[in-house]
Amino acid sequence: MIARDVTLARLRAALAAAPPTPVRHRPGHRRQGELPPGDPELVDLLAERLTDYRAQVYRATGAAVADTVAGILAAEGATAVVVPPGLPADWRPGGIEVVVDDDLSADRLAELDAVVTAAAVAVAETGTIVLDAAADQGRRIISLLPDRHVCVVRPEQVVATVPEALARLTPGHPLTWISGPSATSDIELNRVEGVHGPRRLHVVLTDG
Amino acid sequence: MTETFLGLPATAPPGVGHLRGDEPFPVAARRALADPQLRRNLRHATGTIRAKSSAVISEVPDWPELRAAGRAIKSDTMARLPELLEQLEAAVTAAGGTVHWATDAVEANRIVTDLVRATGADRVMKVKSMATQEIGLNEALEAAGIEPVETDLAELIVQLGRDRPSHILVPAIHRNRAEIREVFLREMPGVDPALTDEPAALAAAARRHLRATFLSTKVAVSGANFAVAETGTLAVVESEGNGRMCLTLPETLITVMGIEKVIPTWDDLGVFLQLLPRASTGERMNPYTSMWTGVTPGDGPQQVHLVLLDNGRSAVLADEVGRQVLHCIRCSACLNVCPVYERTGGHAYGSVYPGPIGAVLSPQLTGVADNASLPYASSLCGACFDACPVMIDIPSVLVHLRARHVAERRAAHRMPSAEAVAMAAAAYTMDHPRLYAAAQRAAGLGRIAGRALPPPLNGWTASRDMPAAPPQTFRQWWSERRRDDRP
Amino acid sequence: MRIALFVTCLADTLFPEAARATVRLLERLGHQVAFPEEQTCCGQMHVNTGYPDDALRLVRRHVRAFAPYDVVVAPSGSCVGSVRHQHAMVARRAGDERLAGRAEEVARHTYELSELLVDVLGVTDVGAYYPHRVTYHPTCHSLRMLRVGDRPLRLLREVRGLDLVELPQAEQCCGFGGTFAVKNADTSTAMLADKMRHVLATRADVCTAGDASCLMHIGGGLSRLRAGVRTVHLAEILASTEAGRSGDPTGRTTEGVAR
Repeated sequence: MIARDVTLARLRAALAAAPPTPVRHRPGHRRQGELPPGDPELVDLLAERLTDYRAQVYRATGAAVADTVAGILAAEGATAVVVPPGLPADWRPGGIEVVVDDDLSADRLAELDAVVTAAAVAVAETGTIVLDAAADQGRRIISLLPDRHVCVVRPEQVVATVPEALARLTPGHPLTWISGPSATSDIELNRVEGVHGPRRLHVVLTDG
Repeated sequence: MTETFLGLPATAPPGVGHLRGDEPFPVAARRALADPQLRRNLRHATGTIRAKSSAVISEVPDWPELRAAGRAIKSDTMARLPELLEQLEAAVTAAGGTVHWATDAVEANRIVTDLVRATGADRVMKVKSMATQEIGLNEALEAAGIEPVETDLAELIVQLGRDRPSHILVPAIHRNRAEIREVFLREMPGVDPALTDEPAALAAAARRHLRATFLSTKVAVSGANFAVAETGTLAVVESEGNGRMCLTLPETLITVMGIEKVIPTWDDLGVFLQLLPRASTGERMNPYTSMWTGVTPGDGPQQVHLVLLDNGRSAVLADEVGRQVLHCIRCSACLNVCPVYERTGGHAYGSVYPGPIGAVLSPQLTGVADNASLPYASSLCGACFDACPVMIDIPSVLVHLRARHVAERRAAHRMPSAEAVAMAAAAYTMDHPRLYAAAQRAAGLGRIAGRALPPPLNGWTASRDMPAAPPQTFRQWWSERRRDDRP
Repeated sequence: MRIALFVTCLADTLFPEAARATVRLLERLGHQVAFPEEQTCCGQMHVNTGYPDDALRLVRRHVRAFAPYDVVVAPSGSCVGSVRHQHAMVARRAGDERLAGRAEEVARHTYELSELLVDVLGVTDVGAYYPHRVTYHPTCHSLRMLRVGDRPLRLLREVRGLDLVELPQAEQCCGFGGTFAVKNADTSTAMLADKMRHVLATRADVCTAGDASCLMHIGGGLSRLRAGVRTVHLAEILASTEAGRSGDPTGRTTEGVAR
């Protein structure tokens, strides 16, 4: 408790020595894009920005999601995939071992080839998908350890800007903002994809 | 110690952490300048990032407004810092986290060490964090028999190479791919001897090397880029996924955060999440950003600690001009555009905070006397101010700290420095036009003899010629001309 | 228009031709130039080296010298920058709010040469003739403190006979920085070396800029290299006409630096 009181007293003394002018006003900045959430052009922009950062983008009708996902996993040579308990049943791929997460251990998850999740929201301008650990996305760990992440995004989840995305999210939830596969710029400041997180990110954009 | 004394703003204590260099900037810089490989590595890396950053910034229609908003939010934060920290503490606690306060590096290291010991772990994994570099946490943990494992690729390169970080964002920026390959071959157990210097191959080697660590380590230590007072949410911005690993897999998570990282509201995050990646790595968005609020049952660490660190920040807050430096979001854009940094690299600055921001932050955290050469390590070209996403007026703070240094020196010594005498004499002369005219003539005469200046100004003429003195000054010409014009 | 010349101590003492050229240019454009003889130095060196208290008397003197004039011009972006961004701060530090107010008033009508020509006098073609291959270095304080932008380039593009070539990495500092060049001489020299490399790459005969201080730095380095490139202040180029190379019989220019 002592350190707390000392720190706060020091900060109050620092401010009292030279009282700052209060700045409660926030200068305006752009909160919304020109296009409303889900606009086809916005979805196109999301696809373009995801691709730019080396994510693989696919389009599928609502009915074809499971087949599209199965095709992606087959092309990747995946044999076992983990899904969160709340993943819509009609998105589950066939022709592959599907493991529903039930507090699986880290070691078990690390053995699985891929994960399929939904998303909470996607930001078109930055090429970002956000997971909020809801039932159709699952615990953070399941989208981290498998080497391939397949994420299904519905059009109404696509917004233009970062502020629009924040407004849709609930602060108390654990959130993971994902923009492309894991990458690093630590060697000569050149971006290289594929370090510790999933090395392949596949995003399936549905039509509704 | 009296209570009054304890409650006054204080600088970071010496003898712990990495805020003070062993030698003055010009001495360290000379050695760096003599290393052509370092110069090439830095020129290449900073040139790359400058081009990337300006390309993605030009895509943002409201970049000036975002910068102004970033500055306003941080100014507001500093003006209400004690209240916001109390609000943050309450929110984190309500969400199941535990908040600790550390007045300085010694206390912070002790708190973290005790927390790790309580878990029984003898190893911790770390997400890259400037705050823990600043306080020398790794050394403190090692002294307590706990092994810290850096998981960020650049930090790993530095740790394996027993090197020092030289950049805020890319601590191994001074190393090129061939040098990194050598470090890996030499220091990484079980590394493939056929490892090439392709960046992708090097990244893959780091992935293999750290995979078992991620899966088996029970405690992680992180920093935080932002902490939202109203919600208790902490955020870490990263690229590789090592952050996600550390923030998700262990049982215990300890976050050490400088108190200036708090921001008032959830909405304010929207400004910084747009500013930081574009200014920092030159990306529209960094690959991964994690946000957590206390403990989430069944998901991620179930023991969550937050250590709030002062370590000199209260002293920075006390300086009316210098306090804007606390607005820094550690993007390192100022390093990447700085002509001094590009040539000397980060080690010359001594502190873990290099470049322009280091030149204004380190001397304020330690007291100017302990980093007296840093405020002068700038040509005041202003590129840093233009690049700063939260509009910190670094050149003005540099000039302000120079004045503080001169004033503190004056107060500490009875004899004025030679420089102070010369400056006062120059000001006196220039305030008396006849003396000034006489001095101008003397300057002209003095320089006819040669093209080199006497010490201490000979540093300049060592590689440049002084101009030959003109036959007459402007004011001589003007008065002759006026005389000639008279009828 | 009656225009007061703020000569700057460096041009007054070491580079008078830049100041004389400013006078000739403005008179050729039909304006009357005044030279308040009370002026000496703006105090920038004092402020930037950590001696704002010593600078106070120089700020007071500067304000007294220039307060009576409606328009003030200096052939230096750096010194105008000091007037605009430092004078009031120096006065406020000393608790002299009245001086700060007067300093702000003087700052409001003080212009760097290219600003005066383009913004106040509304001219880009000043009728100059200068048959040389020229590259322009935008000095840091003109570029980032004053934001003169492309004004100097617009003026240079209208000069007859002038072949303007772009300077690579023009926006990088030349390494002068006042006392920086002395206190951090090695780093300054490394910055200068890169600047000179870029100047030489243009194959220009002349490197020009709006600041005599940076030109002294670059010119001093080029002179040591015997590089054959001259440094010439922007004012001298704009003052040159077909009638007389520089119209000045004594002929001394900042070219002397690198001769």
